[in-house]
Amino acid sequence: MEQIIANGLYLGAQYALIALGLTLIFALMNVLNFAHGQMYVIGGFVTYTVYAQLELPFVVALFASAITLAVVGALIEKFLFRPVIKKSVREESTMLLAAGIAFFLDAVILLVFGEKQRGVPKIVNGLFNYDNYTLVMPYDKILVGFLAILSITTFILYMQYSKTGRAMRALAQDKIAAQLMGVNVERYSMIGFALGAMLAGVVGGLLVSITGVNLGMGGPTSIKAFMMVMIGGAGVISGAIAGGFILGMMESVGLTVLAAYGDITYLAIFISLMIFLAFRPQGLMGKPWG
Amino acid sequence: MNKRRIILKTMAVTALATASLVMAGISGAHAANAKLKIGFVGVTSGPAASWGISNARSMQTRAAWINETGGVKIGDKTYDVEIVTFDDQKDPKRAIAGMEKMAQEGIHYVVGPNVDDGAAAVRPVAEQNDIIYFPYAFPKSLYQAPASNAVLGMIANYQSGPAIYKYLKETKGVKKVAFVAANESDPLSQREGGVAAAKALGLDVVSDNITYQVDTTDFSPVLTPVMRSQPDLLVLSGVAPANAPQLIRAARELGYAGLISTETAQDAAVLKEGAGDMANGFISVGGASTPKIATDEMREFVKRYTEMFGEYNDESNTKVYALEYILETLKANPASITDVAKFKQTMDTFSAKNIFVKGDAKLKYVGMTSFGQKRQVSVPMVVTEYRNGNFETLFVAEVD
Repeated sequence: MEQIIANGLYLGAQYALIALGLTLIFALMNVLNFAHGQMYVIGGFVTYTVYAQLELPFVVALFASAITLAVVGALIEKFLFRPVIKKSVREESTMLLAAGIAFFLDAVILLVFGEKQRGVPKIVNGLFNYDNYTLVMPYDKILVGFLAILSITTFILYMQYSKTGRAMRALAQDKIAAQLMGVNVERYSMIGFALGAMLAGVVGGLLVSITGVNLGMGGPTSIKAFMMVMIGGAGVISGAIAGGFILGMMESVGLTVLAAYGDITYLAIFISLMIFLAFRPQGLMGKPWG
Repeated sequence: MNKRRIILKTMAVTALATASLVMAGISGAHAANAKLKIGFVGVTSGPAASWGISNARSMQTRAAWINETGGVKIGDKTYDVEIVTFDDQKDPKRAIAGMEKMAQEGIHYVVGPNVDDGAAAVRPVAEQNDIIYFPYAFPKSLYQAPASNAVLGMIANYQSGPAIYKYLKETKGVKKVAFVAANESDPLSQREGGVAAAKALGLDVVSDNITYQVDTTDFSPVLTPVMRSQPDLLVLSGVAPANAPQLIRAARELGYAGLISTETAQDAAVLKEGAGDMANGFISVGGASTPKIATDEMREFVKRYTEMFGEYNDESNTKVYALEYILETLKANPASITDVAKFKQTMDTFSAKNIFVKGDAKLKYVGMTSFGQKRQVSVPMVVTEYRNGNFETLFVAEVD
């Protein structure tokens, strides 16, 4: 049981960080960013390049991933989403654009980083072994889990207490009211998108040290991120965190308890999600009116 | 003045003549050889991209090498080889579209698809359009009569699995085996074959129902129940190169000290990066790359591949063969360039030197025992053990 809980908490921390960026972008711009997974993958590859190939410290690599994705996110918002949102009121336009960006980024990743799975040397060696393998957790996973929780906390504090964070929260609550209060919508939308992409880059950089990274991880990552957002409530930051931990725990419990029945964990999760959404379509913490 | 003009004129005429000759030479070189189009339909994007990309790049590398050295002589005509590729995205519907495209281009020989459902889906298109195709898929029905257009491009798990288990049982004292597979058709069918082979050898199968999603990011929860069964050998059935290092790492971190094996081809660089020393001792099936058996031609192929694409993929040790088989069989019977019936006839008696393996290894079609007809390429079954960034040959066997 201890192992199941530890696995669930570790998975939850990484999932929550993945979902945060997605929900932030949705809250600010009402955009379903299907390219979020691809941004995560780019973050992983940047860390791989800086840490494994250039042999610079892991912290530098993580920082490089964050900056690269922030810049990519800002450019995507400014040159792609902003003009489309201006010209079209239909939500499908941004959805199609996001899907197009996802395919484009997949092609770029293949060209720049190749088709192979990539991994980096362990950032910390050793294993926490409690009571002769009753509870096992490698130190690098503990560190990554801790860094994920630290990133989430920093993000929440930033959103809560910084001027930029307050402006973005105001935008998320009521765009027109925020505009009337002097919030520069375009500027803060760009900062929000950059921040969301940056979070994807950070989690990609963190997880490359544990799971590695490959070209095909983008799509499935986006799907999982959407699931977490749906569980927690679209556009709600606390909801994304809750959704991440719930999904992580469900996966960990399901993979152990249901193991004897074959791979039905995700089947069970999807059925639970459908039933849950039938009763509470806005998710745990979302508002029915949006 | 006149003399100067004459000199200038002579120089101009010489330059023009030289330029004309060079141009004629260039255009002549291009015009001399006809094109022989060979197709590839497989997955070159998404999570399984490395399977198809290693295929396509192997073909492109070998074709460029052949073209650079004057082309391939089939009968009394010399051809430049042109590779036409199509990404089926691991989707059977796309694979059908790809095979139809090959038919529209008049291509009769296609390498791929890479997975079971794609290979099964393209069968009617290939048969209706006289296309011989070389899938990397294991369903026996593709290669058994009445099917006759598919030629298995590698060693199947039901051929390599028993050999590996037998070797490990006899040399390492393996008694208990556990199987883990991705929740997809290929790995699941490979697991089924592996379980049957292990049971036939009298091994105790202690776990055979644990599966995982291919997009799993943490394998510890997946392997925790498997570890409780304390196997001597953990078989990663049909594992993709992307997942292998993560599974190995998770198993070792959970305290597993036994043997780990798979029947699929892997990449040493990927194992080194993803699992480091924890991958030492991992057993897989490779091609002809180990220093022990590779020829100068194989080394040249690796060198050219690396030059063209920046990095070699060890999966290409097996995937270098399909194009070689197509070209050598066409050379053996030039009429089969347009007549696949002749190609099929030639397959029964075909034999040529295997330039990639030391010794007197031959290229020949096999499969009589598994399929009842020769519908498989004979590639060396090199069972390898990963050690410190390289594959070392454990043993070499052949399929009949």
